[in-house]
Amino acid sequence: MAYSTKVIDHYENPRNVGSFAKDDPTIATGMVGAPACGDVMKLQLKINDQGIIEDAKFKTYGCGSAIASSSLVTEWVKGKSIDEAALIKNTDIAQELALPPVKIHCSILAEDAIKAAIADYKQRHGN
Amino acid sequence: MKLPIYLDYAATTPVDPRVAEKLMQFLTMDGCFGNPASRSHKFGWQAEEAVEIARAQIAELVNADPREIVFTSGATESNNLAIKGAAQFYHKKGKHLITAKTEHKAVLDTMRSLEREGFEVTYLDVEASGLVDLDKLTAAIRPDTTVISIMFVNNEIGVIQDIAAIGELCRSKGIIFHVDAAQATGKVDIDLETLKVDLMSFSGHKTYGPKGIGALYVRRKPRIRLEAQTHGGGHERGMRSGTLATHQIVAMGEAFRIAKEEMHAERERVAVLRDRLLDGIKDIEQVFLNGDAVQRVPGITNVSFNYVEGESLIMALKDIAVSSGSACTSASLEPSYVLRALGLTDELAHSSIRFSIGRYTTEEQIDHTIKIVHDAIGKLRDMSPLWEMYKDGVDLGSVAWVAH
Repeated sequence: MAYSTKVIDHYENPRNVGSFAKDDPTIATGMVGAPACGDVMKLQLKINDQGIIEDAKFKTYGCGSAIASSSLVTEWVKGKSIDEAALIKNTDIAQELALPPVKIHCSILAEDAIKAAIADYKQRHGN
Repeated sequence: MKLPIYLDYAATTPVDPRVAEKLMQFLTMDGCFGNPASRSHKFGWQAEEAVEIARAQIAELVNADPREIVFTSGATESNNLAIKGAAQFYHKKGKHLITAKTEHKAVLDTMRSLEREGFEVTYLDVEASGLVDLDKLTAAIRPDTTVISIMFVNNEIGVIQDIAAIGELCRSKGIIFHVDAAQATGKVDIDLETLKVDLMSFSGHKTYGPKGIGALYVRRKPRIRLEAQTHGGGHERGMRSGTLATHQIVAMGEAFRIAKEEMHAERERVAVLRDRLLDGIKDIEQVFLNGDAVQRVPGITNVSFNYVEGESLIMALKDIAVSSGSACTSASLEPSYVLRALGLTDELAHSSIRFSIGRYTTEEQIDHTIKIVHDAIGKLRDMSPLWEMYKDGVDLGSVAWVAH
């Protein structure tokens, strides 16, 4: 199937691949998806005292669109507050990457990954 | 080296130049373009003669009588004609059919269609090796079983079923035995004088012939009768009407002639390349060969690379043309039903790649493929959260995944 140039670019040069130490209190981790469904995304955010996302890293098991979606959101969330990051919608991701209808679930997964990471942060910081 | 490297011979093969040369002689005014059914002039007689030579060439590869060969548009049509034709013709004897879960869709979907006509179908489980267990098949047979359809060589994993033994079983019970041999011609020896097979489907384009042509073997002794599925001028002894595609038939004949002549040398050459490929990737961790390790054709190698997703792997392998066991490229996220039938987990089924090697594959291409596979697996595993968890000793089965 034909991928958009942006998907191919993110796939071939993924941004911010890697992991932060999970026990670092400034790190929030969101892992979504299931191997049985063919995609698992792990998104980690480094959040400072002001609630600003200073850095982000991802690891993704999934198709090119899933990798591109997660790579893209690591770029987008950096510098945002967690409240701003929570506003990122899957439709924005899908539009930016020109995902075909059958790949919309990849963008939904990326949105879910942000939400899961924020939820992890809030749970750890008691609000 | 020309890229991409073609390693998808199980999907289709290029037409052998010798075959293409032959095909082109049967199209234009200067060539032999006549209708083989025209009885009143030389154009027709010449075309008919060419068709009969091709019919004999096809029969020869499988040690059959040329009168037992019926031309069709391909193996899919042959499977439809064989299974529907026999089931419908013998419906008064019984309405139960048996096939295996790993058959090609052309067989499975034909069975589904017969179920809608009131037939009952048993879809037999296969062993983890991909092979049909004879005792389980025996147990599935009922007094009203009329047709059993089992493929010769599986298109996804390359395992060879024990057609001789299944044939004996069917014959002893008076059940018609159909075999889809689309992937078998030119790869395994087929002797229909000794095999107790009643119907066998062939394809042109899996054996270096053109697409759009196939054949069905219909046994004469004991005689097997079929309900025709395509009606018209009564061609092919009434079993398949429609003007014969002389150019494609001649080409398929030539392709099967070459297959007979070169099969053994080719099989050895392909096996050497396959061993080279397997040897080159065996040091990658968590790689599994799918299907029986021994009872298989050398041309088809299906392996799973654990913790790597199939479609991204295909993307990373863009310089080699292979196919993935994950149907993630279509709207459904279903992994291959064949691999699932072998009992593979979804992850392993999603992570599988079929390399199929053929007549024009070179050592240099295999060496380059090995390098590309190493790079791709390395890159994707560095990116894979599952690989990271595996390396950290996490049992992936114990994780509460959030399915979506």
